Amino acid sequence: MYLVIFFIFGTFCIAGALNLLLQRHPINSALSLIVVMTSLAVLYLLLGAEFLAAAQVIVYSGAIMVLFTFVIMLLNAGEEERTRGSRAAYIVGFPGAAALLGLLTYIFLSLRAPLGNAQLGGGTLVTTHDLSRVLFRDLLLPFEVTSVLILIAILGAVVLARRES
Amino acid sequence: MVVPIAYYLVLSAILFSIGVAAFLIKRNIITVFMAIELMLNAVNLTFVAFAHRWHQVSGQIFVFFVMVVAAAEAAVGLAIIIAVFRTRNTLNVDQVNLMKL
Repeated sequence: MYLVIFFIFGTFCIAGALNLLLQRHPINSALSLIVVMTSLAVLYLLLGAEFLAAAQVIVYSGAIMVLFTFVIMLLNAGEEERTRGSRAAYIVGFPGAAALLGLLTYIFLSLRAPLGNAQLGGGTLVTTHDLSRVLFRDLLLPFEVTSVLILIAILGAVVLARRES
Repeated sequence: MVVPIAYYLVLSAILFSIGVAAFLIKRNIITVFMAIELMLNAVNLTFVAFAHRWHQVSGQIFVFFVMVVAAAEAAVGLAIIIAVFRTRNTLNVDQVNLMKL
């Protein structure tokens, strides 16, 4: 049953990513990226990461993608036009990405037996309790530093997007 | 039926390659930025899969930090896109080739 769920949501992921690549209008790309991120949240649940599944939905498909759609609507972004640079990217981009994919797939599938299987149950579920114990005890300083980073990012965003008077 | 970890890694490789292709091919600066987010997500899936395989919490902590930094990066990046659009009146990356605003 886990395999079936994996294939359903894995197909959603790949279909959404391909749709992002093929659509010419940015709002369509943004909506298909939301599909990818939400399907990834289901896959995180299959891997026993319950906190990250929730955080993926809240932070990625919630906050970040809302920001993206907001900016797309704010700038009134239309269909992208083809230019000379895009043809060079077509020639280099597709074979390069395909070569990368082939190499990685070959390595992962040849390591299939030593990598083993994903099994839920039997203490493999990482609860929010386990996660918070590491985060707030062992990694307290990095956690606090990231909050400072977010504060700086907010200030930077305000300064950069401000209209010059 | 259990899922081999290798399948998760292959799925993440597929997503990452699509992200690389979209990053190179797309001409709209917002879509290029979305391709970066797609690549970050693909790497996150790898982290979670390996964290599950070796029963380590630190892999998931890493994904948490990646999410936080991605949120900060999205805010700053989109602000830069707004600033660029205001001065150049275009979103095409081919026409944004000077660092000067």
